[in-house]
Amino acid sequence: MTMTEKILARGAGRDSVRPGDLVLAKVDFAMGHDLTIPPAGKIMREQMGAERIWDPERVAVTQDHFQPAKDAASATLGRLTREFSHQMGIKWYFEVGQGGICHTVLPENGLVLPGELVVGADSHSCTYGALNNFATGIGSTDLACVLALGELWFRVPETLKFVYHNRLKEWVEAKDLILYVIGQIGVDGARSKAMEHTGEALRHIDMEARLTMTNMAIEAGAKNGIMEFDDVTKEYLDGRAKRPYQPVTSDPDAEYEKVFEFDVAKVELGVARPMSPDNYAPLSEVAGTRLDQVFIGSCTNSRITDLRRAAAVLEGHKVAPGTRLIITPSSHQVAIQAEREGLIRTFLAAGAAWTTATCGACLGGHMGVLGEGEVCLSTTNRNFPGRMGHPKAMVYLSNPAVAAASAVTGVISHPSEVLKHMPAEIR
Amino acid sequence: MTLPKVLRGRAWKFGNNIDTDQIIPAKYAIYSLDEKELGKHAMEGVPGRETWASQVGQGDIMVGGSNFGCGSSREIAPVAIRGAGVSLVVADSFARIFFRNAINMGYPILQSPQASEAIEDGDELEVDLEQGIIRNFTKGDEYRSDSFPPFMNELLRMGGLVPWVRKQLEERRRTAGVRG
Repeated sequence: MTMTEKILARGAGRDSVRPGDLVLAKVDFAMGHDLTIPPAGKIMREQMGAERIWDPERVAVTQDHFQPAKDAASATLGRLTREFSHQMGIKWYFEVGQGGICHTVLPENGLVLPGELVVGADSHSCTYGALNNFATGIGSTDLACVLALGELWFRVPETLKFVYHNRLKEWVEAKDLILYVIGQIGVDGARSKAMEHTGEALRHIDMEARLTMTNMAIEAGAKNGIMEFDDVTKEYLDGRAKRPYQPVTSDPDAEYEKVFEFDVAKVELGVARPMSPDNYAPLSEVAGTRLDQVFIGSCTNSRITDLRRAAAVLEGHKVAPGTRLIITPSSHQVAIQAEREGLIRTFLAAGAAWTTATCGACLGGHMGVLGEGEVCLSTTNRNFPGRMGHPKAMVYLSNPAVAAASAVTGVISHPSEVLKHMPAEIR
Repeated sequence: MTLPKVLRGRAWKFGNNIDTDQIIPAKYAIYSLDEKELGKHAMEGVPGRETWASQVGQGDIMVGGSNFGCGSSREIAPVAIRGAGVSLVVADSFARIFFRNAINMGYPILQSPQASEAIEDGDELEVDLEQGIIRNFTKGDEYRSDSFPPFMNELLRMGGLVPWVRKQLEERRRTAGVRG
């Protein structure tokens, strides 16, 4: 069996499962946020008739999408989220100013662990799979079911295996690699399937960058993205994991629907052009595109390693006239660390707007929504029409170093135009 | 809540990879608990369909291309489509979370590459949910849909995941009562 199949089999209390099987499986950890907890809580209590949740220690709730409240209606959603969490005694409730974006908060707090079956009422819940677990996005009725029973139905997915050889070139990041892969297979290339990432190239990719790769599994339509447990995983979890855990490995005779092999040294620095994440183009093809806004943020690319690279590029430079740069850390802990390292000073001196940790502009929520005809380069995950605001706004996706350099020049630029070499220790 | 066996309505045709932010732009997520309000803004993010919600009739049928409903996990996507009055969505294929959400809501969806390909905007359709057959009166055609696993059919018949969970909870209470 593959890792994904093993986790689902264990959850279902079965010796084995096969792709296509429908199983009822026990969930190890569940997550919801200010847009999904209010409907889930209502469905659970008023329609399903449950008074308590199955395990208050195995649920996390974040106030991240429209919080700090962007208007009175989202303040109501924030209040309903807060009240539900307190009434249910949810242990891992993260208030505004103390958590941040769910997909950064859960890994950094050691709440999602190897071998586990994790669900989140948010499509990017697939992020957690970099930590060797099965993690997938679900809806609000799904979440209500999990909260009430601790179980949910799953269709065992076919697995696609992605083998990465060699090493990424200078400047090329995990973001460029996953944009390239999605460009190859398309936004429905892994629809409802598992993406298993493996190969020696991953050994040189740190945990935060791995999270960027599994984060975007959903942009290929995948059910989950999953990686093997190795020294990088272990080191990340040491001192962080909140529960004992049991890693899983795919059997040598595991069956894959398809195996893709990539020489990652051949992958160029790239972007996803408007208006779809699979619209990959090498940077050279879009260089010079004029930008109204640059956004460095989101669960995809706004962890501390991302901010270090952005700061290295911005150090001593100013944002170009006619362009604005918005930087949103993905969690409160990331913000604290950025402050300690002096990164915020660099951002502010460059003329960037530094915000509180929130999903904010990524989903066109607040703090950086785009107007008609505006062009934005963003380190986020999807650029379907209207994602960041007006349906006629144009969004390009890139890695943080490209975003930072492009903010300095005002047009899409190679980071080497601003910084000769990325310091090896933060590469 | 049981579903009618046969649905009739006008077809509204949409393309491939219609994502959840086009189905219901995120700014309307503040109306997460108000289906009618969400319905007023359904499909507003699809270029050229900004005023669709004011044209669609009660009981009309939506026909999408491949990977319909990709993007976010927000259940407000199928809720908005239902809120707009659409009785059923037929597509070449569905993105997985949209698919789950619809089944869990007990909202009928059918996967039929044949129907998705052949049906044109404005065609008059009749759908037999039990048989999984889509009849096109305008073209005089008939299309078959892919069958779902029995558990999903059971969920749809019961009216979704809510009644199923209620039943599970009742059983658990009964077992706990016997033990106690």
